[in-house]
Formats: sequence, C-alpha cells, structure tokens
Amino acid sequence: MDLLIQFAYIVSAALFIFGLKQLGSPATARRGNTISALGMLVAVVAALLDQGIVDFQWIVLGFVVGGAIGGAAARMVQMTSMPEMVALFNGFGGLASLLVGWAALSPTAETFTLVTIILSILIGGVTFTGSLIAYGKLSETIGSGALLFRGQQVVNSLIVLGILGSSVMFCMEPGNSQWLYLVIGLSLVFGVMVVIPIGGADMPVVISLLNSYSGLAACAAGFAVDNNILIVAGSLVGASGIILTQIMCKAMNRSLGNVLFSGFGSGKVEETSVEGEIKPISVEDAYYVLEAASNVAIVPGYGMAVAQAQHVVKELTELLEQNGTEVNFGIHPVAGRMPGHMNVLLAEADVPYDQLLEMDDINPRMVNVDVAIVIGANDVVNPAARESESSPIYGMPVINVDSARTVFVLKRSMASGFAGIENPLFYKDNTRMLFGDAKESIGGLIREFS
Amino acid sequence: MIPAEIFLTFILMLSIFLGFELITKVPATLHTPLMSGANAISGITVVGAISLAGTGNQDLSNWLGAAAVALASINVVGGYLVTDRMLSMFKKKEG
Repeated sequence: MDLLIQFAYIVSAALFIFGLKQLGSPATARRGNTISALGMLVAVVAALLDQGIVDFQWIVLGFVVGGAIGGAAARMVQMTSMPEMVALFNGFGGLASLLVGWAALSPTAETFTLVTIILSILIGGVTFTGSLIAYGKLSETIGSGALLFRGQQVVNSLIVLGILGSSVMFCMEPGNSQWLYLVIGLSLVFGVMVVIPIGGADMPVVISLLNSYSGLAACAAGFAVDNNILIVAGSLVGASGIILTQIMCKAMNRSLGNVLFSGFGSGKVEETSVEGEIKPISVEDAYYVLEAASNVAIVPGYGMAVAQAQHVVKELTELLEQNGTEVNFGIHPVAGRMPGHMNVLLAEADVPYDQLLEMDDINPRMVNVDVAIVIGANDVVNPAARESESSPIYGMPVINVDSARTVFVLKRSMASGFAGIENPLFYKDNTRMLFGDAKESIGGLIREFS
Repeated sequence: MIPAEIFLTFILMLSIFLGFELITKVPATLHTPLMSGANAISGITVVGAISLAGTGNQDLSNWLGAAAVALASINVVGGYLVTDRMLSMFKKKEG
C-alpha cells in the first residue's frame, strides 16, 4: 500500500510539471490548470489511503469548510480585485504550512526534523501575516503607502536576532514549548514588518515573492513530515515565484533589495522644473482627432482598474476598428497591482490576447501611431525615466508614448502618480489632457461616435 | 545506506531547477493566472495536513492538522477555481 501511495505521488508530481508547462501558452493554459488540479486530486486521494489515518471526520470537516470558503470567494471576486484575492489565498497556504510544521513536532524528533519544523513555521508565519498586510494595502483597507519610522532597521534586526536565538534554543530544548511560541510569535510579527515599508506600487513584486515563500514553506513542511510530493510541488512554486519576482524587478530596473528596503514612493518628491504647459482637451475635440486617426495605441494602467473602465475601452476599440483604425494595446510588465493584471482585465472585457502587445513590441511601432491613449497609467509612461538622470525612476524601461504623433492622457486631476514623481509627459507639446473619470471620458467618446 | 534526508535534498535541488526552467519562458500575458495557478499548487501542504488530522488522537497535533486541512483547502479550491475563471476569459481574435 505504501508503495502505491509513493507511486501516486510520482504521478501527481508529473501532472504538476506538465500542468505548469501548459500554463506557459495562452492556447493551452486552461488545460494546464486542469491538469495541475488533477495532480492535486491524485495527491490528496493517495494521502487519504495512508494506513496511519483512522479517523476521517476532521479531515472531511476541514475539506468541506475550506472548500466552501475558497469556492465561494473564487466565484464572487471581481477581476479588478484579483491581486488581493491571490494574496489572501496565499496567506492561508502559508498559515497551513505553519500549522503542519507545528503539528509535526514530536518529543522524539531528530535535530534535522526540528530545523525543518522551525523553517516551515518561520516561512509560513512570514507568508501569512505578510500576505495579510499585502491584502490590506491592495484593497486599501489600510493605507497603501510605504510606512517607515525611525529605527525601523534596528527593530527588524532585533526581531531577526530574536528569531535566530529562539530557533537555536528550540532545537536544543524541543520539550520546552516557550521557545516554539516565541518563534511563532516573532515570525508573525516579522511578516508584518517586512511588508509595511513597501508602497502599493511595488506590490507586484511583493505578491510574487510571497507566492514563492508559500511554496518554500510547503517544501519545509514536506521535510518535517517526510513527504516527497510536498517537497517537489513546494519547490516548483518557490522557484517559479522567484523567477516572476526577478522579471518584475527587471521591468522596473531595480534590484530586489531596493524594492524591499528603500520605502520607494514614500513621498520623497524632488523638485524637477518641468517646462511647458498643460493643454486640456474636450471630449468633442478628442473625438475629431480619433476619428481621423488610422493607428491608435492604448496604454492602460491601474487607473483603468480603479475606474472599472475595461468594458468601455473594449467598446471604444470596436468603434475605432469599424472606422478603419488599427488599435493595439501596450502593456507594461508592472502596470497594475500584480504581474499581468491589465491582461486579465482586458481579457474579461473580451479583448483578444493577440491584440495586447508587450512593451518591447509596441515601442518600435510607436512612431507610426497617430494617437496614444494613456488610461490611468503614469509612471510606466514617464519619459523622465529615459531623459532625466535625477529622476528616481531613471533607467526604468517605459512605454514611449511621447513618440506618437498625439498623446491623450486620461486622468482625474493633476495630482502626481503613486510614486509621487512629476511626469514631464503631461507638459509635452503633443500631449493633450482629458480630465475626468476614465470611464465617463471614454463613455463620452463612444457617444460622439454613435 | 544513504540517509533519506540526502535523497529529499536531491529532489529539492532538481525541482528548483525545473521550476526555473518552466517559468522563464512564460509570456507576460499569463503572469497573473500563472501566479494564482502556482499559488494553488502551494496548497499541496494539505497532503501533509491530512496525515496529521487523521491520527484519531484527540491531541493538539490533531487539531492543528484539522485547521491546516481547512486553510490549505481554501488555498487549493479557491486558487484553482479563480485561475480557471481567469483563463476561460482569454480568447484569441476570431478570423
């Protein structure tokens, strides 16, 4: 029987790997997800066959309660709030790993097992509270800005020392549970401390990093309970999260350390003198320009998600296409609050994915674009990243909308963007500002067309 | 006899490399579903929780295991369903 279970785990690992591979292409992604879910089912059934299990009632109760909550949440969540949902699910996974590590503790455990128990508690705890804070920041239940205070680094260093000290003590005296509680408590506090200094605009990086942690926590729990499939699946997730984190950092031209420790976007606004003046445009005038355009590029940002404008954007796209205009979308890798956030929103509005171009594909075409429409994006189209060495985002690759013949910027007001950086784009000669709620402005354009 | 820990660490090393290889080539369009799909896989900890929740002993370990089953189930069920919902919306241009 034991051999059968181990064999089932091998099958399940193969299904996970195959599923992740298929997730790599839009055409097969949905099947890939199903295959991966099948792998999970195989693993769960195999685990239930274990002869050590004599009492099923708590397991079933856990499944029913957890499955119902997860299922309901997944069905009801809006596509715009997907980042915080993923953060929340991730946090629960981390907490589960913490509990598994804790429950695996037995008086006869060897040192190697004790170390892995500590690791699963530590990583699981940080993942749990870190994800909760990320959830709070993304859903704006708590302030989304970076929270910095004097002596923060000292406090964090003390916490790290405390964790190290109590972990060592725990491994030496596993019978004494006060060290265990200290490690649990400190790791929960540490999760809060590492995420609060990070601003909302950097959340794509934080989410992928926490995702990686939850995998590593599962992996550590796998060592603690001697289970292959936990180690394999956990490290797959851990590695994939780290890769995504790297991609995000590269897209912002910043190191991971800089994202985690700099408190970017905390309001250190520098004075840059920007020449030129703001030129507003009315919806009616914007319509005449669009009507005459033959090539339009739309660059969405987080503002499109906030305004829930993806459906009207799709409607405008259709009208433009009927008018014989070529329309493309330019998606910056860190637009929105999680990697690929804009792609999901536009997919929800039925925009085909082959119309969404990545930054490197849209930039060379920008010189041929008649009108670039920037919807609720700011830093990702900021030419200062290219031109002004003193800018905090200097060196970050951006979408060069300013090379288009005309740029429309849809924006609520002149308040500066998330990172608090002036945007010279707004003052350029070929830029026109269309002030107001993005959804209403686009609705106005649609009415002009019909 | 080589101890089991060595084998487990060996598996760990290979899986990490495999994870890197699998994800490096994924296009940016799919980053959100990929992340939530990977997130669902991290709920694999449910397998470890099952064995701890079914011992039949009415002790702390059993309760912790049962709570872990519930939490990990949220992660697994929610993660897979939400990923499927997202992916069902990705469509290619007709014609």
